[in-house]
Amino acid sequence: MNAPSREARAVDVLVVGAGPAGLAAAARLAARGAGRVEVLERDPEAGGVPRSCGHPGFGADARGRALDGPGYARRAVRAAVRAGAVLRTGVSVVGWAGPLALETAAPTGPETLVARAVVLATGARERSRPARLLPGTRPEGVLTAGELHRTVALFGPRPERIGRRAVVVGGGSTAAHAVRLLRRAGVAVAAVVREERYAAGLGVPVLAGAAVTELTGRGRLAGVTVRDRHGGSRAIRCDTLVLTGDWVPEHDLARAGGLPLTPATRAPLVDASLRTGVPGVFAAGGLLHGGTPAVRASAEGRTAAEAVWTHLNGGA
Amino acid sequence: MIRPGHRRPGGTVASRPAGAPGRGASPGPADRTEDGGHVSRRGPLPGRAGDAYDVVVVGAGVVGCAIARALARYRLRVALVDAADDVGEGTSKANTAILHTGFDAAPGTLEAGLVRAGHRLLTAYAAETGIPLEPVGALLVAWDEEQRAALPGLAAKAARNGHHATRVVGADELRRREPHLGPGALGALAVPGESIVCPWSTTLAYATQAVLSGVDLLLGCRVTDVVPGPRSGAGAPHRLATTRGPLTARFLVNACGLHADGFDALLGVRDFTVTPRRGQLLVLDAYARPLVRHVLLPVPGPLGKGVLVTPTVYGNVLVGPTAEDLDDRTATGTTADGLAGLREQGARIVPALAEEEVTAAYAGLRAATGREDYRCAAHAGLRYVTIGGIRSTGLSSSLALAEHALGLLAECGLRTGPERPLAAVRMPNLGEASPRPCRDAAAVARDPELGAVVCHCEHVTRGEVRAALASPVPPAGLAGLRRRTRAGTGRCQGGHCRPALRALFEEYGKGAGVR
Repeated sequence: MNAPSREARAVDVLVVGAGPAGLAAAARLAARGAGRVEVLERDPEAGGVPRSCGHPGFGADARGRALDGPGYARRAVRAAVRAGAVLRTGVSVVGWAGPLALETAAPTGPETLVARAVVLATGARERSRPARLLPGTRPEGVLTAGELHRTVALFGPRPERIGRRAVVVGGGSTAAHAVRLLRRAGVAVAAVVREERYAAGLGVPVLAGAAVTELTGRGRLAGVTVRDRHGGSRAIRCDTLVLTGDWVPEHDLARAGGLPLTPATRAPLVDASLRTGVPGVFAAGGLLHGGTPAVRASAEGRTAAEAVWTHLNGGA
Repeated sequence: MIRPGHRRPGGTVASRPAGAPGRGASPGPADRTEDGGHVSRRGPLPGRAGDAYDVVVVGAGVVGCAIARALARYRLRVALVDAADDVGEGTSKANTAILHTGFDAAPGTLEAGLVRAGHRLLTAYAAETGIPLEPVGALLVAWDEEQRAALPGLAAKAARNGHHATRVVGADELRRREPHLGPGALGALAVPGESIVCPWSTTLAYATQAVLSGVDLLLGCRVTDVVPGPRSGAGAPHRLATTRGPLTARFLVNACGLHADGFDALLGVRDFTVTPRRGQLLVLDAYARPLVRHVLLPVPGPLGKGVLVTPTVYGNVLVGPTAEDLDDRTATGTTADGLAGLREQGARIVPALAEEEVTAAYAGLRAATGREDYRCAAHAGLRYVTIGGIRSTGLSSSLALAEHALGLLAECGLRTGPERPLAAVRMPNLGEASPRPCRDAAAVARDPELGAVVCHCEHVTRGEVRAALASPVPPAGLAGLRRRTRAGTGRCQGGHCRPALRALFEEYGKGAGVR
């Protein structure tokens, strides 16, 4: 193992986050010959959110076969590595050491890395229960769709790892995927509760124009109170509550680096070529708009790569 | 030291060798390592029937743990019991995390004296044991003329409480010291010494030191009945029925917090009634930390105490508490009105707080008894001490309250014998004021797991999680792990790391009496 050193190590490009956007940016830059392109991933494996999404909807491979999330992630990782990018997993970026210098933590010790350009591809997360100001008790059994996917990826689709009867909050494909995953894992879905007024055919009761207003239960979740579209309240018994959507950017580094933010979303403010307000710092993917489909995030990664390339070659 | 090798099946951690006396002949530190107490959460209680404890302390909150630690200085056989499966599961885990100076206590009360002494003792103890503590000082902010007019009176009251360093500051100085305050702040009373502290580490440090020094910690052990020993004659002990079997004790201490009146009743004592007062609190994202430099206290007025805004040692900001008198002693839920009100009041005090996300919301209950003071009593005939009505200042007064409890036990006839040194304890650093282990090159070089971040919001590593799981008072579940490491307390509230933490818990947390 290398002796830990606080001397700054220089690379050409640092990409923070090995999800679809970061991997695509790294692959494009490495293929272009941008020098040492290093991708830093805090999780033990690269691939990002798709890694735990075992359903189709991630485009197709060269032969036209539909890809699921893990398949997509594997291809994205392979493409970046083959192009010559250096992929480092289990490395956390904990802050900035200078305008284009990052501090990292890893089992090999803390390090300071300095680059000619930095691409932030740190993604987004779903708002947690307290961030949604959901009142009531604080029982176990409340999780985001992201946590549900990671739980199944780690422990398998087993009800004893999740619960017996769930209520899902939210709309769109994230909620639909959560419903399917719950049922595959043998968890009954009591209802889907959403503010939106549409009730898509998910095969489970959908309460449209409704909202969860309180959680009950000690130790384990016992149920939720739901306000329906007419203002009435009803109790739904459940031991699991899955909160989907409602994305917030993982903008820790963006904020710590003093990047100007978009007021509404608090994502870093970028121009059309994905340059942020700080020269040499770029952003792409879910960090800019949470819940970005992988295919779009990876297209953004390539857009950012072009801007980085211009920057490295003396352009703006 | 309690080593994993000492664990017995059934979740028992290291007990004294069978037949050996509770205390070795030489009370030095080396002896102590072989002499740690027993920690368990289930199964039969340790020891033989009829083998009475000298003292049983009921209630393992911050106060009960401090009393057990104080008793551990003597050659006594002591048990600390609690119905919950961890220490500090009640008021001690859900409070404002402030170490008060006692400047605003009712002068002359027991509480005023003990908070003042406790502040001094805990400040020193925190430095010695590594409990995160930051003496940021408080500002009581006046928002109208009436409140500003009240400041000199509050300074005089502080002086009567022995705090002579308070000072009234004008609007300009206030703005310089706290630049993000909302419009309309007219001035403040500056109270140096008011500190922020980690309440979890404090309770755990007391419990750990007590256990390492020989106290048995019996969790998941609810006392359901007490048959008091005869009033005359020190021979026959009290007999306690618990959910884990019978216990006997020559002396009893009630440190039951919200349930102190109920426990009193088991011994036929009816001195007061506890009214739970709920306090809801909001934790705001760490991005809010630079917006708040001091503990910002409201000026007490006819409409009650109002809410405070304070930084925490974990690097975020706390807003609260509400004050709601309830009947239900388990009503630790938050309410929509409560949370919305705190959001609004926080934004009135520091407007920029409105821009930041809520990281956590919780509610705690404090034990009010209708009197502006503690309810501590020595029931000499019963060989029984009640430490009740500790309200919201138990964290601040805990170490002094423990000394007071020893005095009350002496009044009841407890003979402690000579003192001996306590086992040393050093708590892992949970505070932001010192570097986190993952950035400590030397520490990571020694143990690469200290560089493997598992909770990304709070930068908690696998090494810290494993250390907590192997500690003398290990967590019972992920909630206990949070309080020992901060893992899962950050802005994603464990949404990212909980599956990984569960896997770690299952790999390394076995045999710790964990259900």
